[in-house]
Amino acid sequence: MSEYNYENANTVYFDVLKEIGNIGAGNATTAIAEMLGLRLNMEVPQVKLLSFQELGSAVSEEDDTIAGIYLELHNDLEGSMMFLLRNESAHYLVNRLMGRDENYMEPFDEMDLSALTEIGNIITGAYLSALSSMTRMVISHSVPFLAIDMAAAILSVPAIQFGQFGDNALLIETEFGDDVKLNGFFILLPEPDSYERILKALGIEL
Amino acid sequence: MGTTVKVGMADLNLCKSPDMITTIGLGSCIGIALYDPVTKIGGLAHIMLPDSTQMKNNQNIAKFADTGIEELVRRMVSAGASKKRLVAKIAGGAKMFEVSSGSSIGNIGARNAEASKKKLKELGIPLKAEDTGLSYGRTVELYTETGEFRIKSVGKPIKTI
Repeated sequence: MSEYNYENANTVYFDVLKEIGNIGAGNATTAIAEMLGLRLNMEVPQVKLLSFQELGSAVSEEDDTIAGIYLELHNDLEGSMMFLLRNESAHYLVNRLMGRDENYMEPFDEMDLSALTEIGNIITGAYLSALSSMTRMVISHSVPFLAIDMAAAILSVPAIQFGQFGDNALLIETEFGDDVKLNGFFILLPEPDSYERILKALGIEL
Repeated sequence: MGTTVKVGMADLNLCKSPDMITTIGLGSCIGIALYDPVTKIGGLAHIMLPDSTQMKNNQNIAKFADTGIEELVRRMVSAGASKKRLVAKIAGGAKMFEVSSGSSIGNIGARNAEASKKKLKELGIPLKAEDTGLSYGRTVELYTETGEFRIKSVGKPIKTI
């Protein structure tokens, strides 16, 4: 295992992540706006370095139900990524896609779950294509896997992956919407070698 | 009614009757509850990874099944519990995403459960009950008055083991 530690994150690294987050989330927002026929504005993403204790409640209360989409990444970038949505945001997007009343809050059925997976697929695909064109890295990904559960339980998955290298995790929060505010969260989990490759591709020496 | 002690991720703590100790939203992590029925001292560890010896960065002993359980026992004994009387109940170790089988995170929950049981066995602490695996998150609560271990999940009835 290489000498690699998320805690060494410096300001350059933060700026890079913010830039990736910004362009990736921008692409993702455009993709969702087109899909749903909405006009969406996006705030500048926030990049946060969090302890495990903080991570569990960073998206929502620890025991609130949230939606998480997980993809494995391959080729030039080995690792995984996650996209997380608060419960209200997930319901709002599914309702829009299914042409239902905005306030419909019944538990998701099978159709809703596949709609949500598709939304996750489009958002993460847009994010990854931004990352890919910025770094000129070839990034392929698995099918998206969806889980709807307690925030802390879903976030245990990236926490465990970050946990192998340090005691902190990086989270990118984007807020988008017009009349309705939606919050989406990205977590990129490159394996150590791939992380170095991303920085190198962007011309940054550690 | 006692107070509630909260344990975070990669964290451990203990309390005494009538208090309750809890950890929220175990996913692939494991919650290990240890209990001494005589002194009614209860402890809870929320571990994330199976084995500290596999990691370079292993200063946070509460993060691993092996060192986390050892530390919890040590702290309970120094608080007055008897190691001989300790019994264990564990929960968690879910597979949160149905990822492909070759993936390292696919079986981390199962590996965490296995490592926790192995460490308990090594220390001679009997495992009284467990609720591990499957694909959903669990919030656990250890009631030190009775030694009851309560498990809450989204859309499921409360389970007591």
